[in-house]
Amino acid sequence: MFRRLPEAAGAALAVSVDGQRVEVRAGDTVAAALLAAGFGHCRTSPVSGAPRAPYCMMGVCFECLVTVDGVGNRQGCLVPVREGMLIETQRGEREVGR
Amino acid sequence: MSTTGDAIVIGGGIHGCSTALHLALRGLKPILIEKDHAGRHASGVNAGGVRQLARHLDEVPLSVASMELWERIADLVGDDCGFKSEGQVLVAETEAELEGFRDRVDELRLRGFTQEELIGRAELKRLVPAVSDTCPGGIVSRRDGAAEPFRTTQAFRRKAVALGAKVLEGITVTGLARNGSTWRISTSAGTSYEAPVVVNAAGAWAGRIAAMLGEPVPLEVIAPMLMITSRMPLFISPVVILRGRKLSFKQFANGTALIGGGHLGRADLDSNRTELDLAKLAESARTVWELFPIMRQATIVRAWAGIEARMPDDIPVIGPSATSEGIYHQFGFSAHGFQLGPGVGALMAELIATGSTNLPIAPFSITRFGSSR
Amino acid sequence: MTGAAALDDKVDVAVIGAGPAGLAAGALSARAGLATVVLDENPAPGGQIYRAITTTPVQRKEILGTDYWHGRELVRELESSGARLATGATVWSISRDLEVAVSHGGRAHLLHARRIVIATGALERPFPVPGWTLPGVMTAGGAQTLLKSSGLVPEGRVVLAGTGPLLWLLAAQLLRAGGAITAILDTTPRQNYVRALRHAPAFVLSPYLIKGLRMMAEVRRKVRVISGVTRLEAVGEGKLKEIIFATGNGAAARMAADLLLLHQGVVPNVNLAMSIGIVHRWDGLQLCWVPEIDRHGNSSVPDIAIAGDGAGIGGAVAAAERGRLAAIAAVRALAPAAVSGLPAEQAVMQALAKAEAGRAFLDTLYQPSADFRIPAGDDTIVCRCEEVTAGQIRANVALGCEGPNQMKSFLRCGMGPCQGRLCGLTVTETIAAARGVSPAQVGYYRLRPPVKPIPLAEVAAMPQPESAVKAVVRR
Repeated sequence: MFRRLPEAAGAALAVSVDGQRVEVRAGDTVAAALLAAGFGHCRTSPVSGAPRAPYCMMGVCFECLVTVDGVGNRQGCLVPVREGMLIETQRGEREVGR
Repeated sequence: MSTTGDAIVIGGGIHGCSTALHLALRGLKPILIEKDHAGRHASGVNAGGVRQLARHLDEVPLSVASMELWERIADLVGDDCGFKSEGQVLVAETEAELEGFRDRVDELRLRGFTQEELIGRAELKRLVPAVSDTCPGGIVSRRDGAAEPFRTTQAFRRKAVALGAKVLEGITVTGLARNGSTWRISTSAGTSYEAPVVVNAAGAWAGRIAAMLGEPVPLEVIAPMLMITSRMPLFISPVVILRGRKLSFKQFANGTALIGGGHLGRADLDSNRTELDLAKLAESARTVWELFPIMRQATIVRAWAGIEARMPDDIPVIGPSATSEGIYHQFGFSAHGFQLGPGVGALMAELIATGSTNLPIAPFSITRFGSSR
Repeated sequence: MTGAAALDDKVDVAVIGAGPAGLAAGALSARAGLATVVLDENPAPGGQIYRAITTTPVQRKEILGTDYWHGRELVRELESSGARLATGATVWSISRDLEVAVSHGGRAHLLHARRIVIATGALERPFPVPGWTLPGVMTAGGAQTLLKSSGLVPEGRVVLAGTGPLLWLLAAQLLRAGGAITAILDTTPRQNYVRALRHAPAFVLSPYLIKGLRMMAEVRRKVRVISGVTRLEAVGEGKLKEIIFATGNGAAARMAADLLLLHQGVVPNVNLAMSIGIVHRWDGLQLCWVPEIDRHGNSSVPDIAIAGDGAGIGGAVAAAERGRLAAIAAVRALAPAAVSGLPAEQAVMQALAKAEAGRAFLDTLYQPSADFRIPAGDDTIVCRCEEVTAGQIRANVALGCEGPNQMKSFLRCGMGPCQGRLCGLTVTETIAAARGVSPAQVGYYRLRPPVKPIPLAEVAAMPQPESAVKAVVRR
């Protein structure tokens, strides 16, 4: 869905997304990194279970909620990636509140 | 030109709406006057606890009577009000506290009340597996539960209207005057209403109504705070309350958890505004953190406070005015009036229609504040 | 200057938001010698318009355009002013005694200010069309953030839909960055062009005119633009597959798409200001709530000012000037002797007037159609968090539910983590339309702190505030 401008490549670092090692660009937020890495969605809705992806990228819509290093409901668009970060997508109805 | 009715109820909380409904059930034509909208304040934004557990001994008979109405609430108001009876548990945090609970349960038995049951560690753990292992037991009231407060108040209002009550919202009572055997009530809308009976169910604003009648009461305006969390895995069905520290804790079927228990914010009667006290919210959060380790992952999504009246002895004022004939008081429920709403509305209607009630309401008489006036 | 170093617990001026208004306000206030902190929840300053201005990897200046790079000047002003800038700092509560609760570095802090400048800016107006919750549907602003912050350009079949200057700006930026746009579905109501004409004389003086026309021409040369769109739907199973749209009263057409970027203007981000009861009014032209403020931005709550788009949409240049006016007022209140060292208020006022010229033209021309503000279809989701539909809201109006707060109690709309930001205006307008009354009569959600969800753990570990309040008002 997105490609990176060649000039914007930057330094890479590795995070884990649902246990899978993913190379991301240092300086990206978690939400941007997930979109850049081709993740189609980052959580499912706790109401219907429908998949949701980052929507506003500015901290107001709360669609990009993910679990970061064990802390649930972090706004992925506000959290910069760090080397070794453990990111988990949230599955709404099955593990509400994570 | 005044509109006339059989009774005027001031206040559209659960109590005013319930009294209006029960008056209508008795074939009377009540007029209810609410300054905002029904359920706008404490009745609509409380924690929804339907609790006989841990009540003041004087309130127990009223609470038990009210519980009977809760158990057939759908028949009464045409809506189940979201009432679910999954019990309420009073958790003892220490052995000493548990001993005190034992005395209470014994005392209740002596008076013939059996709804409260002392439980030990094993039964507590069975009922509330998530509770911290350090808690030695508690009291359970198994028929207790919780309902949806705004929905409940609205259901009472709707049913009252369906039975012929007039409900006027967005109108403030500005004056009461006696005219022979009737009371004439003037309002902010410039309208006036007449009836032989007036019920003061104005909650936090009831002190103002009492003052208009020349019958001031030592009513304190309080703003009990509540917080709600993000959805959590379902881990608890009964409502859990503490006595030593202030906490009431309830998880909804959708996973969100409601944290209350009586920590107070600030309220302003004129603007309807409440302001939260973050230090006290932090105390609530700490209590939950310690009692339920699973909640350490939770996020607080919202916090708010209702506006409520508290009396110095923490029990309500129920019954006729000591100074003005035809005036009845029904306020000061001190942040635990929601469960009492159905029952006290019924007894108030009985009192108005027949002149008496079998329920013991003497402890709630407004005359008990005589010396403070 | 940034990072997780402990925040001071006492400041003269707390500025909330590091967009143009906050940067300008913080710089002037600190320059006058006031202890000033600028708090922003994002990883870097700039707000949305100057997003990632200090960190963007997009170095070819022409891609983001000269207006964007003006933001560097504002950051430099702040950096040289001595103000403290705290990024990654989420303000979740302010009180009338000027206590600011901030989540920063995984902890809750309380800091006490003598004045607060709320500069929380704007957010994109909700765009409730069928399918707007599907992955593959984003806001135009979201795509712009990805470009600015990360150098990411959408690929595949990309469709922009909506109305307003930002839509065209984004299109131009994406094209300059080598992106391709399948189509722009322009939802600007045709009658707006006529209505906007009477404001045209003022707009002729606006710096936006020439730039705007040039940019639209640039985009139209490369992109198919479909005007007069009156219906829009995103369709797909689990992700966007195609778009259904119609123009005028015409038949529906379909267009395959991988990414749909929605935009219909921006509205003030009012949650923090409303949470302490600052009086707001309904703006019938901008179709949103705006706070009641005086010309320095002072709100109805003493010592709290609002500057920038959060005080009513005026754009980035106006926002900076309004930030300066708020700072001048703060300096006058707290350090009057220092006022003489600041720019003359008259000059700032003139600059503001210049920046605001032509605003009425833009607001009229780009006032979004009711078709896209008040969903016609009952199945359209209004509250994304709790998945409450327009039909449910209308059904409850019919049952006597007259306002957003009653609606919240019955349907849970506005009770999810976004706290009504993405549904509040739609709920108000949908109720108003159903009842046949004005949005002002319907009102808005009652908002309370925390204005952003906060971990229970942080609240539990919170330091006791210095001014432990007396909880009860006795009457």
